[in-house]
Parts: sequence; C-alpha cells; structure tokens
Amino acid sequence: MKVTSLRLAFQTALLAVCFAATGRADAADMSQQAQQGLQGKLEYCKTCHGLSGEGYRGYYPMPRLAGQQPEYLENQLQAFIRRSRTNPVMSNVAHGLTPSMVAALAANLRDLNPNPYGGAPRDSLALGKTIFEQGLPESNVPACSACHGPDAKGKAEIPRLAGQLYWYTVKSLTNWSRERGQGSLKDTSAIMVPTTHNLTQAQISALAAYVSYLK
Amino acid sequence: MNLNTSKMAILVIAFLAGGPLQAEESLAIRNCTWCHGSSAQGLSTAPRLAGQRDQYIQNQLLSFSEHLRDNPLSQQYMWPATAHLSPQAAHDLSAYFSALPPVPANDGDPELAAAGRAIYDEGIADSDVSACVVCHGPNAEGVRGIPRLGGLSYPYLKRRLEQWGEGFHAAAAPMPQIAGRLSPNQIDALASYLSFIGYESLE
Repeated sequence: MKVTSLRLAFQTALLAVCFAATGRADAADMSQQAQQGLQGKLEYCKTCHGLSGEGYRGYYPMPRLAGQQPEYLENQLQAFIRRSRTNPVMSNVAHGLTPSMVAALAANLRDLNPNPYGGAPRDSLALGKTIFEQGLPESNVPACSACHGPDAKGKAEIPRLAGQLYWYTVKSLTNWSRERGQGSLKDTSAIMVPTTHNLTQAQISALAAYVSYLK
Repeated sequence: MNLNTSKMAILVIAFLAGGPLQAEESLAIRNCTWCHGSSAQGLSTAPRLAGQRDQYIQNQLLSFSEHLRDNPLSQQYMWPATAHLSPQAAHDLSAYFSALPPVPANDGDPELAAAGRAIYDEGIADSDVSACVVCHGPNAEGVRGIPRLGGLSYPYLKRRLEQWGEGFHAAAAPMPQIAGRLSPNQIDALASYLSFIGYESLE
C-alpha cells in the first residue's frame, strides 16, 4: 500500500517533470525560431535598404527605413499587399509577412540610427529649408514641418523624412498620384496629392536634398 | 567575320580616341584582351568587358589590386595584372571597355530562362532572396557601380553566384548574403536567363 502510493507519487512527479520540461523546451524552441525568423527577415530588408537601414541607391532608389515610424511602415506594407501602392517587388515581399512579423520588423527598424546616405546636390538647400519650414504660401504648399515635425522625424502614420534618400523623395513626390492611393481603397496618401501637384521639379529637388541631410 | 569587324572597330576607336588612349595604353588594352577576348566579349572564364559599367570596371580593378576579389582565378590572373595599375590607367581602361557594344553570350539553358526571369524580377520572398531588378535594372543593364549582367556568359555568372556562397569576395555586400541563399537550381536558372539578355543602347 505504502509502496504503491509512493510509486504512484513518484510516477506522477516524473510525468509532471517531463511535461514541464517539454513545455519549456517547446517555448524556448518557438521563441528561438521566431527570433531566427525575425533576424532573417531583417537581413532580407537590409540587403536592399542598406546594411544599417540607411537606404540604398540601386537602379531604383530604396528608401531609408532606419528610424521610420512603425505605424507608417505597417501601413505601407499593407498598401503594397492591397496594391493601393504600386510596387510589384514590395508587394511580393510584403505578402509573406505575418502581422506579428511586421510589428517586430517595424519596432527593430525604428531603433536604427545610421548616418544619412548622403549624395544629394547641395546647391539649393536654402530653398529646401524654406519650403520645409515655411511652405510656399503663393503656391498653396504648406510647411512640411507642420505635419512631419520640426525635426522631420514624423509621428504615427506620418513618415519620418529626416535622412531619407534624396532620389527616393524626388521619385515619391514626382510620381505620387501614380504610385499611391491606387484602386478603390482610400488611404491617407490622398492628403499629399495637392501639395505634390503644386511643387515644381526644382522645388521637389531642393526639398528632397534638404531633408536628406537631416539627422 | 564578326570577330574581325569588332577587331577593326577596336583599332579604329583606339586610333580615333587619340587623347586618353595613346600608344603605350593600347599595350594595356592588349594585356586585357589576351584573356577577355580580342573584342572584349569574354572568353572562357574571363568575363565580357565590352559594355560593362565604367564605374564598375574601375571599382573591380581596385578590388583586385586590394585583394578583395579573391577567388583562385582572380588570385592567379587579376592580382598580378592590377598590381602596378595606376589610377589613371584604370580610369582609361574602364572608359575604353565600357564604351564597346556588348554581345549577349546566349549560352544558358533556354528551358530555364523563364524560371530565372521570375527570380530576377520578383526575388524569392520565402527564402529572403531580394529581386535582382531593383539594383541591376529592368534589362539587367546595371548603373554606375552596379554591373550590367545581361548577356554575360552562363559559366561566368554561375561561378560568380556560387563563389559568394563559398565565401569568396565577402566584401561585396549585399551580394554574398543574397547569392548565398540561392540553391544550385536557382543559380542555374538565373545564369541561364541573364545569358540571353541583349542590350538596347549604351545610353
């Protein structure tokens, strides 16, 4: 009787230990796997967007992701998937990302702080600064700083512009209505449409150059 | 016939160029074409130089002389070839070869070309392989320091892609990271596709 109950107690204890152990092992495996997956995807982002997320000028300009607002990044990845933002390559990339992966990537990228990529022309930085800080009232262009912040770091769904690749900002502002807000789905990109139409190419270049050097 | 025409063209260009390519530099050109083909279209393991990006050729000559490009053939041939190359000579050679019109090698497996094109244009999201098109351009034409891949020979492309996975030329980020994720079949497909791409213009 005593022996039996002891044996039973022992068996139960053994089972409990085994259970607990497998539970822990599973949890450890999962988080390690998730961690490896996250690191793999981060590397994937950085192969195009710069090894520190500073952006890269390939055949096409690839934007800086470092220090970007997580909400903006998540919105853009969604826009690529829904094709309200035209970009076949990014649409393909975004399709494979789970929501938790997107959140983890965005949080990681927000914390990167490399120096700007540089390379923008420096001949009209003063004009760029004026447009950024004061806008162009005569052309109905509001001051960028009003929404993107005096330090150009953005907030929530409004993107950071500081240190953004010059060629990327030029391309974005030039092609805004052709690349953003496509299809029937409404998104916040519509707010930029009048401004992008009211800027001349020279003003776009000046502005893009100015923000590209902001840290 | 074709080869002779090209040779003539090179002679004429070298002659007309006058300024930067004088008599002693044409010896430097012959030192290159000995392996890279008399019309610089590539020969065996030596890649085509004709139509390659000026800035890319200059950068590579520098990486050979600094021993950053380090596969066995580079060590054997290109390290000595660049050991005493002056910056001016590198500049002139790059300008010369980049201005020659390239001819596609067309030597890959045509049946793999479609699979290669899909990888080139779309990447492989599942295995974190970036789309080649974003840096190398829609016609694999390259730009600035980013090489033209279109029409390079299948064996050369295949070996370059394999060698990144083997640890050679590790300084050429992000290519080691990207190429290292490609399977042998995917490398075959990419190299095949690229070998068939012609060129529109040297713009």
